[in-house]
Amino acid sequence: MTHQVFFEDVHEGDEIPQLRKNCSTQQLVLWAAASGDFYQIHYDKDFAQATGLKGLIVHGALKNAFLAQLLHDWIGEGGQVRRFGCSYRGMDEPGQDILCRGVVTKTYTRDGKHYVDLDVWTERPDGKRTSPGTATVTLPGRG
Amino acid sequence: MAQAAPSVITDEMRALVGVDGPPLTLEVEKANCRMFARAVGHTDRIFYDEDAARARGYRSIVAPPGFLGTPVFHPGAAAQGPPGAGRGYSVPYRRVLNGGTEYEYLPENGVVCAGDTITAVSRISSFEETEGSLGPMLITTRETTYTNQHGAVVAKMRGTMIQY
Repeated sequence: MTHQVFFEDVHEGDEIPQLRKNCSTQQLVLWAAASGDFYQIHYDKDFAQATGLKGLIVHGALKNAFLAQLLHDWIGEGGQVRRFGCSYRGMDEPGQDILCRGVVTKTYTRDGKHYVDLDVWTERPDGKRTSPGTATVTLPGRG
Repeated sequence: MAQAAPSVITDEMRALVGVDGPPLTLEVEKANCRMFARAVGHTDRIFYDEDAARARGYRSIVAPPGFLGTPVFHPGAAAQGPPGAGRGYSVPYRRVLNGGTEYEYLPENGVVCAGDTITAVSRISSFEETEGSLGPMLITTRETTYTNQHGAVVAKMRGTMIQY
């Protein structure tokens, strides 16, 4: 948390440091309690299979929260997450790596604030982007 | 298109579009901030430790991104899910998927911290129907506005729900 990235150091096309996740079923239960999403497809295998799924799946909103962590950890103490979100396009299973990634798409200054837009997504080991989204953060300038 | 399944969007549902739902009170408390941060795997101590948060200029433990408080639970009241979860209508689909979520924060109006009380008001922005690989689907888009105890809008959320 001590390293601070500055606006002037960030350029379109830059990839930000990746964040690797791998959910245990325990983490999914913890998330269910923390988020209030108790839909059984995330912790009751019989229920999940009865709905036609292969097994348990990771909550989409948890993957979105992972992307928020990816941003939070990158922007340091001087930055702020202004906007983040993603679509849930593919399923992730517990026990499988979820790689969180982001690439800078635009940098601009408005009303004295330094903004950075990014494409963000989670990626499965097979390379499929299961949660593509976008985000906007502000960063301090070296000024 | 001639073979399209009959619409499941009723006049009753159409009348709900753009109408504010009942306000939902959300409490932002230290223990819930910590639990949310722990569930995600955050390592920044501002989400866990009040002293660490104060040392960085925050009033108290900071609500991790995506956490805007816990609904106040009333026994006997209708089941409470996330703000705006199905109300007042039913559709003939059994399965539900969360299609996507986007949060917008307005930190200049106040960073959400433990001790805040948030009022969430949710409205349906649109109903759409589509034919996907899983068959006919109903896509419901909602927007929720989060206002803190000082009357300041601190965040907005747009969410998509898929029923099929």
